[in-house]
Amino acid sequence: MRRLRKYGFVAGFLAFPVALYSVFVIGPYVQAFQISFTDWNGYRSKLRYIGFDNFIRLFDDEVFWQALRNHGILLLVLPIVTVVIALFFAFLLNLGGGPRGAGMRGIWGSKFYRVVFFFPQVLAVAVVGVLFKAVYRPDEGGVVNGALIKVGFEPVGWLIEPDLALWSVIAVMIWQAVGFYVVLFSAGMAAIPKDYFEAAALDGAGRIRLFFSITLPLLRDTVQVGWVYLGIAAFDGFALILVLAGNKGEPDGATTILPVEIWKTAFTYSKVGYASAMGVVLFFLTVTFAVLTLRTTRRERIEL
Amino acid sequence: MTHPGEITRRELLRRIGLTAVVAGPGAGLLSACATAGSGEEPSSAPASSIAVSADPKNPFGVDATKPLEVTIFSGGYSDAYAKDVHEVIYKRAFPAATIKHNATQQIGTQLRPRFVSGDVPDVVNNSGPEGLDPVALAEEGQLVDLTALFDAPSYDDPSKKVRDTVTPAVLANAVIDDKPLQLGYTVSHRALWYNAQLFADKGWTLPKTWAEFKALGDTAKKEGILLFAYPGQKGPYYQLWNALYTAAKIGGNQVLIDIDNLVDNAWLSGPVKQAVSAWVDIQTNYGDKAYFGLDHTQTQIKQLQNKLLFYPVGSWIENEMAKDKPKDFEYAIAPIPDVTAADKMPYGAIQVGVGENFLVSTKGKNPAGGLEYLRIMLSKEGAKGFTEKTLNLTVVNGAAEGLSLTPGLKSAAKAQDVAGQNIITDARFESWYKEMFDYGTAQINVVMAGRITPEKFCQNMQKKADAIKKDSSVTKQTRSQ
Repeated sequence: MRRLRKYGFVAGFLAFPVALYSVFVIGPYVQAFQISFTDWNGYRSKLRYIGFDNFIRLFDDEVFWQALRNHGILLLVLPIVTVVIALFFAFLLNLGGGPRGAGMRGIWGSKFYRVVFFFPQVLAVAVVGVLFKAVYRPDEGGVVNGALIKVGFEPVGWLIEPDLALWSVIAVMIWQAVGFYVVLFSAGMAAIPKDYFEAAALDGAGRIRLFFSITLPLLRDTVQVGWVYLGIAAFDGFALILVLAGNKGEPDGATTILPVEIWKTAFTYSKVGYASAMGVVLFFLTVTFAVLTLRTTRRERIEL
Repeated sequence: MTHPGEITRRELLRRIGLTAVVAGPGAGLLSACATAGSGEEPSSAPASSIAVSADPKNPFGVDATKPLEVTIFSGGYSDAYAKDVHEVIYKRAFPAATIKHNATQQIGTQLRPRFVSGDVPDVVNNSGPEGLDPVALAEEGQLVDLTALFDAPSYDDPSKKVRDTVTPAVLANAVIDDKPLQLGYTVSHRALWYNAQLFADKGWTLPKTWAEFKALGDTAKKEGILLFAYPGQKGPYYQLWNALYTAAKIGGNQVLIDIDNLVDNAWLSGPVKQAVSAWVDIQTNYGDKAYFGLDHTQTQIKQLQNKLLFYPVGSWIENEMAKDKPKDFEYAIAPIPDVTAADKMPYGAIQVGVGENFLVSTKGKNPAGGLEYLRIMLSKEGAKGFTEKTLNLTVVNGAAEGLSLTPGLKSAAKAQDVAGQNIITDARFESWYKEMFDYGTAQINVVMAGRITPEKFCQNMQKKADAIKKDSSVTKQTRSQ
């Protein structure tokens, strides 16, 4: 009886969120899987099942492979660069000032920098997009090119050269993400007991040694989480790319990504079934990435 | 609206909202809960045609007490023309009826679920970058056959049928799956647009041949003015239109009709290659690659600053830029110069097209009222009211009489007179095969930037056309003229 009351209490609390989650998250997922096996166009009232046809077609779809290639580049570059920069900044902000009194300090003015680093994170993606459209503008009206032209250089087509466009977009993504990970890693560093640093410093470890031998190993879990987040972000980029480069993957498919293709295929080309198949593939890609990352980087926890 | 690729600020914000769902693994799920219960047989399609009676006051037998629901795309034309003009006339005819007016910029997003569930508005202004797919709707029997409307007596003169009061292009534009199912309401004139005042000041005349066009380019270059530019962002379809219309000028409208009909090797025809090559040559020798990174507004502002001479667009440009237009800037239309000495269409040919489509839904509560609403739109009073509110011409003959037209519209009307029978047709694959059109707008940037040759452009487009032709999930359309 007591047990029932206890679990009844818990279940009572859970019922509502679980219901919400089922209706608004699980339900749509299940339906997308269902629709991916049909040729539904978004208008028909009846679903017609066509088996794995949509998935087979994906294999011959150049645009799909182009998108995967771009996601591959994003997946390689975005997490590494963001994590490295964020770790560097977080270290400077929290421990870069070296040991002082009881514990470690950040470099001079670190409180101010911390706020500044976080600024991009506060801006909505659309705002960031519009901002960087102005930065990358290819004529004398652009922030970068205006300066280049004044100094006497040729303007650079940041977003219109096929070899540059994706990198320009990645730069914006990194610029926007770093602030958040600086804060995340700062919180992680604050949780590391000060004694370790003191002990290491007493033994004569410099800042670089402190970072690689104390900070990084003890921050491993946080970095891992950050890595997974950034990996998932590498499968997205929808809003930013839509604002910066439009929905056609211009130039020459350099900025083609799956979320934009899915959205376009479903709602512009009225191929909801095919778009759902892409969505299902994207789902498995993301899940695979997350599981792989967590699996391969797992190890024994360090008890602090 | 006239800018299928344009992202409005509101739409953008909405898309950002979307990302929360699209982001990560959940993409593709936007369609969630969108089907009306799977496995159900489609409800038997209601009669899609309505009989016409002889009563000129109420030819469709509208129930005077039934409410009418109207959904308007509140883009560049806003929705005042419906609210303050057409709906007012409807209320005057049927005082007992209530009108539910709904304005949105997301026609497709808002109405797609309603069409699936069967609770639809009677009249839909299907416009904007997120419009509904009319072909898919037609397939589902969701659209009322407008034959009744075109055969009904016109609002102003019962002795005349509606079909005789509108530009003939309306009837051709209306056809989906061999039936008239959509009503194009506006007329636009597309070719090259320029500043007539600047030409007058400099003493320049319009180039009639490609050689004159280039000579003017050299003259303008000396003054620091660019001969020609189009927006590489959001607006490359302006250049796709321009190239296609040039091809039609060289080889006649059949070139575009073949492309629309997915005729084998239509894209590989001589006129298409010639047109694309001619424009690539202009871009290479007289263009500025910075424009590949500018959107339509940025480019149009540059034209207002007299930094470029010719801009490929339609007559809506004048109203679109009205707020930013300096006083000494006077929009006027210039026909595409002769590319060869033997162009099928003589100098003066321009594209005149109808747009801004309206649909009446079969599953609405008041389809007869919907048809009557369209008949009211096609009345002189309704059309005149539209032109007054939006500064754009309608398909209704003579409806702009007595209105003082803007310089741009005047120039367009004059150009149409000069063109006479030499009217370049529209390329309908833009709405029939959106995927091919989108691909074309991306490819035109690639070829204009010189990254592929015009031959390769034609081959790429032909490959896409072949793929569309083979794709059984795409309903094919045909046209004869």
